[in-house]
Amino acid sequence: MSDSAASTTRAVLETRNITKQYRLEGIEVNALRGVSIAIHEGEMVSIMGPSGSGKSTLMHIVGLLDRPTSGEVILGDEDISHMSPNELAELRNKHIGFVFQSFNLLSRTTAQANVELPLVYGGVSGSERARRAAEALERVGLGNRITHLSNQLSGGQQQRVAIARALVNKPSIVLADEPTGNLDSRSGIEVMEILQNLNAQGITVVIVTHDDRVARHAQRVTRVFDGRVQSEEIVRDRVLAAAELKSLPPEEVAG
Amino acid sequence: MNFTESFRIALRALASNKARSLLTMLGVIIGVAAVIVLVAIGTGVQGEITGQVEGLGSNLLFIIPGQYGGGMGGDQAPPSRRFTLEDSDLIERKVPGLDAVVPVLQSGSTAKAGNRSIRVTVAGGNAAGSEVFSSTLAGGRHYRRSEVQAGSRVVALGSSVRTALFPNQDPVGKTITLAGQRFTVVGYYEALGGGLAGDQDSQVYIPVTTAQRIFNVNYVSTIVVKATDPNEIERVKADIRRVLIPRYGEEFTVFTQEQTLGLLSNLLGTLTYMLAGIAGISLLVGGIGIMNIMLVSVSERTREIGIRKAVGARTYDILSQFVIEAVGLSVLGGIVGIAIGWGGSAAMTALTPVPTNVTPWAVAMAFFFAAGVGVFFGVYPAWKASQLDPIEALRYE
Repeated sequence: MSDSAASTTRAVLETRNITKQYRLEGIEVNALRGVSIAIHEGEMVSIMGPSGSGKSTLMHIVGLLDRPTSGEVILGDEDISHMSPNELAELRNKHIGFVFQSFNLLSRTTAQANVELPLVYGGVSGSERARRAAEALERVGLGNRITHLSNQLSGGQQQRVAIARALVNKPSIVLADEPTGNLDSRSGIEVMEILQNLNAQGITVVIVTHDDRVARHAQRVTRVFDGRVQSEEIVRDRVLAAAELKSLPPEEVAG
Repeated sequence: MNFTESFRIALRALASNKARSLLTMLGVIIGVAAVIVLVAIGTGVQGEITGQVEGLGSNLLFIIPGQYGGGMGGDQAPPSRRFTLEDSDLIERKVPGLDAVVPVLQSGSTAKAGNRSIRVTVAGGNAAGSEVFSSTLAGGRHYRRSEVQAGSRVVALGSSVRTALFPNQDPVGKTITLAGQRFTVVGYYEALGGGLAGDQDSQVYIPVTTAQRIFNVNYVSTIVVKATDPNEIERVKADIRRVLIPRYGEEFTVFTQEQTLGLLSNLLGTLTYMLAGIAGISLLVGGIGIMNIMLVSVSERTREIGIRKAVGARTYDILSQFVIEAVGLSVLGGIVGIAIGWGGSAAMTALTPVPTNVTPWAVAMAFFFAAGVGVFFGVYPAWKASQLDPIEALRYE
């Protein structure tokens, strides 16, 4: 169902022939050399490439953390490629939910406070924030960990808090950068299952990874190489995390 | 994001690093406490001395030889210009509306009784002396008019002199030796503490005529005049000048008490500002401590700043968070410093003879200076934090 949906629904975010140059220790680097991709509403797409491919740079632009040197970035109907850092911050707050490889939670801070963070900068009132944070944590299966400090949680749990934080502002895109990179395989699969579940509920998910197997959890894979889009393909044998979890040997005594 | 949110975030950050926050605040605490205690001492001393001068009565005039700009003594004038007993008699006869005219001769000497001795200031005056010296008799009597006329060797003792020479005894009727002469003690005074004219407790009071004889001089240092009506002080001053100008030209000075007070408050006020300035420097050093810690804190929390920016914090949000943190440190330090300074001043008044007076303006000044220090030294680190690139910040290990 969603395969056909992806091609017919409108693009949430689109890049049109973007390039990115920057200087690294005096040497001009062409990180992107004309990339056009589109992310459609409700789809789950992977951006894949080896390190040095420009994948990270592309992710930063898609995540509205950075601006292209040339080309257009269309969010909704608007070209945002020339917006100021503060304007981009407000758009990030509304439209992008980040999930990072290293979780990036605030240390010594409760799960709830971490999840509330985007709402704080979105100007949501205190009681409303608490309610929505609890709801988001419930959604990732951490309803009973609301008051735990981030450093009291396992890696998998921390990443789920990060997913809750990404969700809480009802963003247009959840952008996950190597979301399983710092996790053991079971926790990694659990995280992918949550992302797939969220996507099934209609949330647009973008996964950035170098790992082919992680990439094949999505419906579509865009391969980036040498600053260009190398190929775009529909995933035929999509990996379903839920099935994968079932095939794993039963969990040992919880540690 | 609004101000209260920034405030809550900043407070939480301070609370999560309690030891460091406390040590950073210490600089401000010490600075503010020092400002308050030192200004309180300055103000307190000023108040006490002013009180003492006023306690003498607002109707006193001091006449000293020489054209004079400041200070209290007149010994530096050449002898030909010095007053004599004749001058004080003249003033007493020719100026109406006076309660007392007291010629005063002061000199240092040693008082002995038996094998005990003490360094004293000998104050020679006349029978009206008790009107202008602010001492209260503890026993015995003042010397009498007849004793002044006769130049009798009678003496009344200040309280420390009495304690030193006659511990636990009634000195009245006993004999002491002063400048080689034997004096009969006729009275002694209650303790006054340090005062305007030096330590009055270590003074001994003898008739001025006797003083002139034993020190072998024919002049007096000062003439103190007490007007009956304080409102007539200017008229009395003019009359005194009329009497003295034919004799001394302009080579004398009449101080009203107000002038004396003015001089003193100027001097003490300057001293207070100086003390406040010195304490202010320590506050400044405290501020530099805040800046130092804030810079460390910003680089330590680079990743946190990256996270906040990634989820939508604008430049202003980060800036205000860190400025509020710095101001929070300085304001909290300021409040604790005020409490300590206030308590310290109160303790000092209770436990030492140093008078203190904590004035609202000193508290307000210390507080706002501390807060200002926080803003001033907090802005640069906060600005640095707000300018971080979120991508770089997220990558920071």
